[in-house]
Amino acid sequence: MKEISFMLNSELRSVSVEPNEVLLDVLRDKLGVKSPKCGCERGDCGACTVLLDGKAVRSCLVLAVEAENHSIITVEGISVEKLSALQEAFIQFNSFQCGYCAPGIILAVTELLQAHPKPTLEQIKESIAGNLCRCTGYTPIFDAIMALTKEEGK
Amino acid sequence: MKEYTYIGKDVTRIDGLEKISGAAIYGDDIDFGANLLHAELVSSTEAHAIIKSIDISEALKVKGVYKIFTGKDFPYKFGLYMKDRFIFAQDKVRFVGEQIAAVVARTPGAAKRAAALVKVEYEPLPAVLDQMDALADGATLLHPDLENYPHVPWFFPKPGTNVAHWRKTRKGDLEGGFAQADYILEDTYTVPRYAHCAIETHVAVGKFDYSGRLTVWSSSQSPHTQRHLFAEALGLGHKDVRVIAPHVGGGFGGKAGVTMEIIPAALATKLKGYAVKLRYSREQEFINTYQRLGVVAKIKMGVSKEGKITALDHKIYWDAGAYVEYGANVVNAVGLSAIGPYKIDNVSIDSVCIYTNLPPGGAYRGFGYSEMLFGLESHVTRVANELGIDQIEFRRNNAIRVGDTTAYGAKMNPNGLLECIDKVTKAIDWEHRPVSQNPNTVIGKGFSLFWKAPAMPPNASSSAFLKFNEDSSINLIISGMDIGQGYQTVMAQIAAEILSVPPSKIRVETPDTDRNPYEWQTVASHITWSSGNAVKKAAIDAREQILSLVHRVYNLPLEELYLQDEAVKCTQDPRFVLPLKDFVVDGIMTKDGTFKGGPINARGMFMPEFSSTNGDPETSQGGHPNVHYTVGAAALTVEIDKDTGKIKVLKTALAIDAGKALNPDLVRGQITGGLLQGLATVLYEDMRYDAKGKLLNPNFTDYKIPTAMDVPEEIIPIIVEVPQPDGPFGARGIGEHTMLPAAPMIANAVEDALGIRIKSMPITAEKVAMALLAKKK
Repeated sequence: MKEISFMLNSELRSVSVEPNEVLLDVLRDKLGVKSPKCGCERGDCGACTVLLDGKAVRSCLVLAVEAENHSIITVEGISVEKLSALQEAFIQFNSFQCGYCAPGIILAVTELLQAHPKPTLEQIKESIAGNLCRCTGYTPIFDAIMALTKEEGK
Repeated sequence: MKEYTYIGKDVTRIDGLEKISGAAIYGDDIDFGANLLHAELVSSTEAHAIIKSIDISEALKVKGVYKIFTGKDFPYKFGLYMKDRFIFAQDKVRFVGEQIAAVVARTPGAAKRAAALVKVEYEPLPAVLDQMDALADGATLLHPDLENYPHVPWFFPKPGTNVAHWRKTRKGDLEGGFAQADYILEDTYTVPRYAHCAIETHVAVGKFDYSGRLTVWSSSQSPHTQRHLFAEALGLGHKDVRVIAPHVGGGFGGKAGVTMEIIPAALATKLKGYAVKLRYSREQEFINTYQRLGVVAKIKMGVSKEGKITALDHKIYWDAGAYVEYGANVVNAVGLSAIGPYKIDNVSIDSVCIYTNLPPGGAYRGFGYSEMLFGLESHVTRVANELGIDQIEFRRNNAIRVGDTTAYGAKMNPNGLLECIDKVTKAIDWEHRPVSQNPNTVIGKGFSLFWKAPAMPPNASSSAFLKFNEDSSINLIISGMDIGQGYQTVMAQIAAEILSVPPSKIRVETPDTDRNPYEWQTVASHITWSSGNAVKKAAIDAREQILSLVHRVYNLPLEELYLQDEAVKCTQDPRFVLPLKDFVVDGIMTKDGTFKGGPINARGMFMPEFSSTNGDPETSQGGHPNVHYTVGAAALTVEIDKDTGKIKVLKTALAIDAGKALNPDLVRGQITGGLLQGLATVLYEDMRYDAKGKLLNPNFTDYKIPTAMDVPEEIIPIIVEVPQPDGPFGARGIGEHTMLPAAPMIANAVEDALGIRIKSMPITAEKVAMALLAKKK
């Protein structure tokens, strides 16, 4: 066991972890943050996506010890005061159905919009190509992001 | 047409905030504290074998292991329509991946390490991995004691064979029909197995407390059905079994009925005071839940030279797996409906449910109709082309209409099939034959009709409770599952319309069988129709209570009172406005200071009392097994790379007759989602087994499901509305149907583009490229 500390949703947290524990399990089971979901345990599905220093990573492929002294953001961390404009657009456009993949996709797109406030459809597709959604057929997700980023240009 | 306030509007989903903020709780998100145990399964490595011995001694030595259970601890059978399964394998295993034992430990890691140390000694038996082999004389029997299995009266197993159920439908004079035909086409089509691939794997937690009460938290489409099967299998009273179903991360039929959930439920009964959790890995999800059944379909169709179908002989052989307690009903449903949405006077259908040594088949979005339509709609296109009749004209001429008889003799319900055909033809610009500008690609178009009825017992019912709160907000207490389709929102819309309370003021929670009233299951695309009717009745009950109270207190004529904007109003007195929040809990104060009325609590129930499965076993004539059909049409344009065989969908249009689209954007969501799920089954998904019955691709690396990169360039969703007379505001279900036409329309488009007819799914780039090479030679 090793005690590590990192910023989790703007709060400094400390936790004891085994060297082989992955970040996903530590977030969910030891730190009570449940929005990152487990879908495959091998980086295929993206449901466990979190932001590590602003970059979207699969928390099932990141060892918890690697997060030491870094910043981790989950969907809980961007929903405290009010939802982001992206989250509002997801609700408006029915960009989710069962909701299981939604936290991961929102974070992946959050990263995209930081770098590309006006993304092309191709950039949107590539940004979530590693996040599987079995319900929506993705089209409502594209629509929400395109509408949102078009609006910002006004 | 009546103008509605909330019905037919794109009302915002009431579960949006929860799901988008990370607040939504799914099965694996619930905390159970320090007394939670974790279970891991020991699974069969053999497709068919006698279990000679199970040695748990090494496994018990692993630190953190608490107990290990095997089949002898749970000699109980269970099953939805046919009791042919045990909770753990008893003397025999019948597929690779079947559960033999469970290790229960303090941590998931300890349970996993110990499970790997359990030694099972097998005596292998011949395995039957193909349904046609399983049908052959002398084939090894999976269930020699089939005759003793309890089943619903509308199943017809053949003891002494591997046939678990044989649905026969006979109508008219088949030989006469073929004699009338000017052209007969006969061919065989095959469809492999598929996996649902909900992103949330199955998870269930069982807790048997010291008072002897069993609670199961389960990722499920079917909490009440699960409670019933747990109670039956484990010998508990229904009041002592409670199933709590939190949000579900995708179902698609895979979380219908009971699969792995019975394992933690059963384990809990031997672990009093503990909670025990079983969470499937992605690999287990692929191997040991329901799978979509494989199909070999033999179709013989006779047509007159004018293009009328004179006879259809449709034989469908289903690879139903080792246990068919749910899957046999897929076979049954299609056996009644394998004429497709056509009027055909002379019909023979044989739908045969066959045991094989592969994982159990079960419900999968479409419930067998996708598999059936791949063959039938391929065949229809070929027949029309052979006759030189436009395939759309051919479909239009043979389309079933309201009042026509189905294959089993019941009348077809009102439907907008012709309107769907016309709208899709126009949307896809069918007459226009585009030519590729790229010399390496060719362009083709494909078309398909579809239909599907809910497959359910004739007494499948729904019920609803509705209670008002002080601020005139409402708790609508129902037991269907919002598996993503938007059920909670649409039910809120129905109550909102009747009670004039906006859907945003109506809370619908996921169910708890202790507190929520009975619902059969969220399957069969029947929930909008069935639960919607129950909710509507509950809302009407509440309205009647409210209006009769106001009538009694204010002495206003009942027929002049109505609800609008969360208030009771009176047609004859515009000044009379009584806000609901003033009295729906506290009652109405009268002049003498006394109060009349009290909390408004309402209820509603719906059962399709006209439905019956009393058809003749030899012909299926008589009875009314299907409540109604939902129909539609779809078409697409594809571009095919002649070197690689890769198929790109340029444009697709799908029209569906929703009866009444209660929330049109949610209907469009089912179309975009269902179409992509269907296209994936034909373009690349495929479960591959080795010669010993082991699944070779149990993960998302090797079993590809669509990503954002795989979406058709343009999707045109079209809603047609020919009301369902007994549906809530005219609605009928549409959820499963949107994936049904995908496979045949791709096959038809490939032939259109390349002149090559592919009769087996999936139609991968590799298969197309190889067919092109073979054609060149």
